[in-house]
Amino acid sequence: MYLNQFLLLAAVLFCLGVYGVLARRNAVLVLMSIELMLNAVNINLIAFGAFRDNVIGQVFSLFVITIAAAEVGVGLAIVLLIFRNRADIDLDELDLMKG
Amino acid sequence: MVAQNIVFGILAFVMVAAAFRLVTTQNVVRAALFLAIVLAGAAGLYILLAAEFVAWVQVLVYIGAVVVLLLFGVMLTRAPIGRDADLDNDQRLLGALVALFLLGAMGAVLLDAFGGQKVGTFAIRRSGEVGDSIFGDFLVPFELASILLLSALVGAVALARRD
Repeated sequence: MYLNQFLLLAAVLFCLGVYGVLARRNAVLVLMSIELMLNAVNINLIAFGAFRDNVIGQVFSLFVITIAAAEVGVGLAIVLLIFRNRADIDLDELDLMKG
Repeated sequence: MVAQNIVFGILAFVMVAAAFRLVTTQNVVRAALFLAIVLAGAAGLYILLAAEFVAWVQVLVYIGAVVVLLLFGVMLTRAPIGRDADLDNDQRLLGALVALFLLGAMGAVLLDAFGGQKVGTFAIRRSGEVGDSIFGDFLVPFELASILLLSALVGAVALARRD
C-alpha cells in the first residue's frame, strides 16, 4: 500500500468538506461538512502513524475525535439558540455582526 | 497486499461517493445518513491500517453519538424531512472552484513529497499500547481534553437551556 493513496483520499474528502462549508446554507449541514474535514485529518494521522510505525498517530486521532465531539455539541447548542431566536438557521441571513 | 488494495479501493470509492452526495444532496436527513457511511468507511480504513482501538472509538463516538446528535439537530430545527431545494447558497460555483484549487494544490504537494513511498510493514498496535502512550507521554494533553469536554458540556447546557 502506498502512503499517497491514503493521503490523496483524505485530500479529496477534505476538499468536499470545504465545498460543503462554503456552499451550504443550512447550519446543520455546515456542521456535517466540518465533521467530514476532521475525519479526513484523522485518516492522515492514522496513515502517518502506520507509515512511521508508531502509536502517536493513533493518540493524536483520538484527541481529534474528542475535540470533534465537543465541537459538535457546542455547535448544535449554538444552532438551536439561533433557531430559537430567529426561527431560521439560514446562514446567509445571519449578518448581525456585519458592519 | 493485493487483498488490502482491493479493500482500500472499495472503501475509497464508497467514501468519496457518499461524501459527494453528502455535500450535494437536497435532503438533510439523507445527508446525515451519508455522513454515517463516510464515517463507517473511515473506520474500515483504520482497521486496514491496524488501528483497531481508534476504529471502534470512531464507530462508538462518531457513528453512535455525533450522527445521532446531528439528527437531533435536524429534528429540533424543524428542517423539512423531504426534499428542500433551498439548501445551497449562490456561491456554489465559487465554492467548487476553491475546493478544486485546494485539491490540486494539496495533490501536487503530496505527490511531490511522498510519491512512491510505501506504508510498508507495521506492527499491530493493541489498545494497551495506545493507553500507555496516552497516560505516559500525553498525560497533560489528556487532562486538558477532559477539561475541554467538561467546559463543552457546561457550555452546551448553558447555551441551550431555556431561561
